[in-house]
Amino acid sequence: MAESYAVEHEASHPGLQHHFANMEQQREAGTLGMWVFLVTEIMFFGGMFLAYTLYRSKYPEAFAVASNHLDIKLGAVNTAVLILSSLTMAMAVFSTQIGRLRAQVVYLALTIVLGLVFLGIKAVEYHEKYVDHLIPGTLIPGNPFNPHLELPTGVSMRHVEMFYWIYFAMTGMHAVHMVIGIGIMSVLLYFAAKGRFSPEYHSPVEVSGLYWHFVDIVWIFLFPLLYLLGRHLGGHAG
Amino acid sequence: METFVPPVPSRINYLNAQYGLKSWLLTKDHKRIALLYLGSISVFFLIGGLYAMFIRLELLTPQADLLQSTTYNKVFTQHGIIMVFFFLIPSIPATLGNFLIPMMIGAKDLAFPRINLLSWYIYMLGGIVTIYALLAGGVDTGWTFYTPFSTTFSNSYVVATGLGIFINGFSSILTGLNFIVTIHTMRAPGMTWFRLPLFIWSHYATSLIMILGTPVIAITILLLAFERLAHIGIFDPAVGGDPILFQHLFWFYSHPAVYIMVLPGMGVISELIANFSRKNIFGYSFVAFSSLAIAVFGFLVWGHHLFVAGQSLYAGMIFSFLSFAVAIPSAIKVFNWTATLYKASISYDTPMLYALGFIGLFTIGGMTGLFVAALATDVHLSDTYFVVAHFHYIMVGGTLLAYLGGLHYWWPKISGRMYPEGWGRFAALIIFVGFHLTFMPQFILGYMGMPRRYHVYPPEFQVLHVLSTAGASILGVGLLIPLVYLIWSMRYGKIAEGNPWHLPGLEWRTQSPPPTENFEYTPIVTWEAYEFAPPEEMQVVGKFRNEVVERS
Repeated sequence: MAESYAVEHEASHPGLQHHFANMEQQREAGTLGMWVFLVTEIMFFGGMFLAYTLYRSKYPEAFAVASNHLDIKLGAVNTAVLILSSLTMAMAVFSTQIGRLRAQVVYLALTIVLGLVFLGIKAVEYHEKYVDHLIPGTLIPGNPFNPHLELPTGVSMRHVEMFYWIYFAMTGMHAVHMVIGIGIMSVLLYFAAKGRFSPEYHSPVEVSGLYWHFVDIVWIFLFPLLYLLGRHLGGHAG
Repeated sequence: METFVPPVPSRINYLNAQYGLKSWLLTKDHKRIALLYLGSISVFFLIGGLYAMFIRLELLTPQADLLQSTTYNKVFTQHGIIMVFFFLIPSIPATLGNFLIPMMIGAKDLAFPRINLLSWYIYMLGGIVTIYALLAGGVDTGWTFYTPFSTTFSNSYVVATGLGIFINGFSSILTGLNFIVTIHTMRAPGMTWFRLPLFIWSHYATSLIMILGTPVIAITILLLAFERLAHIGIFDPAVGGDPILFQHLFWFYSHPAVYIMVLPGMGVISELIANFSRKNIFGYSFVAFSSLAIAVFGFLVWGHHLFVAGQSLYAGMIFSFLSFAVAIPSAIKVFNWTATLYKASISYDTPMLYALGFIGLFTIGGMTGLFVAALATDVHLSDTYFVVAHFHYIMVGGTLLAYLGGLHYWWPKISGRMYPEGWGRFAALIIFVGFHLTFMPQFILGYMGMPRRYHVYPPEFQVLHVLSTAGASILGVGLLIPLVYLIWSMRYGKIAEGNPWHLPGLEWRTQSPPPTENFEYTPIVTWEAYEFAPPEEMQVVGKFRNEVVERS
């Protein structure tokens, strides 16, 4: 029976798992698996995008007022940071594929650093909201939602609060994904430093890159939807 | 050059390859994981069944005697939660699907064996959290968790139960993901898409629903939990939210979830009907594509749960029309199964009895679905026992019967032993009779106006309720019989051959039970699905049948 195994299992690479016939099949499965997972992520965020769409169309003024109290400068800087991190991620994948393994390690480390910068800026923003009593409901015990806002007539503070709930739900869920992404990148960095990946075996880096880009893209949608409401009216839709 | 490799009887199989608790709890073998699932869903089925028993006992009399209202609310809620999320949804995919998908396509395992094991641990964690919630005090919202009752008014363990369901959802997502990738990338040489057994097609469609629907219920339950804990939210009218939004998001998953439950059952039935008729299935591609059509249409009909919830009339009309449209692919399946039986050499073994029962019960369940999908009749029937009877005909009459049929059919492959045929047929008959007696009176009760979720009712309904409870007792006994003889057969049953039914499917072309890597070598498929060889050739099959392999 020995020769019948020979035609199906290239026992050549240590990264090949026993149930795959060859590296190509393994890479294909991994990549498709990540794409399918990203589809589930789109559906997961989709529920919140639906809620956002519904209530933004129902309470446009309240949403514009609330949105204008977000820090657009920090939000814009964070957008740039994430786009840059997507570039370094893409470079990390590319370096692995062409076998420049030192560059691969550097780019992975840069990606992690940029991810941490994003989370740091996000933390500053969250803290500002905490100081301004803009954290909805009793999410933080002892610091109820109670901002000093001038509301135009007909705009309910309840609806401003709802905007902030959607804001915290969406950016919070995005931040959780960033933390997971940084965790994955750290594992990759560890194995990359040990020389695990090569042009023959680069699919873990590639597949994790897909995840990283996805998390960036979610932010690309979140930034305009949450930060830029009514800005074309001169910054004060209220 | 072609050579025929003679069969090598091997005593090493996936069950005796390794021993010890660790070899089971850390296994990456899809067959062992399937058995882990089989054991755990059976436990949850017993718990869910216990709750059902309390419901039926309470309903024997018009007054509240066994249970008080609050307890009754918890009992029917927990019956629904356990049965839907912890039995019906994982039932066929996680056990039979897990066991058979790699075998049917000629693979050594699923694409991601570690993720497969992880999904079982996630399932168990979700189950334990839910059981904790039930023991701590239970939950009384109904399995649908409608707001604002669940967010504001209920005094029961909503968040803990929700957390259990949230966690459990990820096991469903990972199973679906694994199946899709496996079916795409792991098929043996020559196993083209249109040579796949229909069981695979229906699991592919099921997996699509799992990955597209489950994340939506996950985020919905998460938002619900925050809403309850932090008094903020998008579902609570007190803060400008819309409880109907919750119903939309909930049913966007939970209606397609009905197809997660029944599509794998349809896959099992397609296998049983074709194989026990010893005939190629009538209209293979129609049956295959009708599975995908059900998955697609299934996502467009959730609004029929909101006909009386204040949804706009025009939305109601569209959802009603689309709900009728789902009947088309479902009917295609029923007609094709029936056409397959025509002039076939049918053998009435136990699995086939379940399959024939399924066709009848699914037809009744499906047809009564059209009653409630019609706007005008739904106003009368909504939230009555008619609805209860309708979905039990699909879930119990459909999914459970298919699950039992499949379990008997593949039992020789799974355990290496035959189940006792006489007892099998006897139990199938008892279950069929008990099932009808339980749920047929409920159609009439619902039509007469008996609301669901009530335990006190006018005395004129009592006769029908007594009939239903009597039927439930018969059904319960009927379900215990297979439990006993299947466990018995694992030790004392007749040793099964590799191909006891003499069938062409790939899973039958290896020994029973299969070796850890399923086949001695990767098979090369040169035949179509359900391509029956002449009987004399089937007789030649030895311990297991090896295929002619091309070697270079």
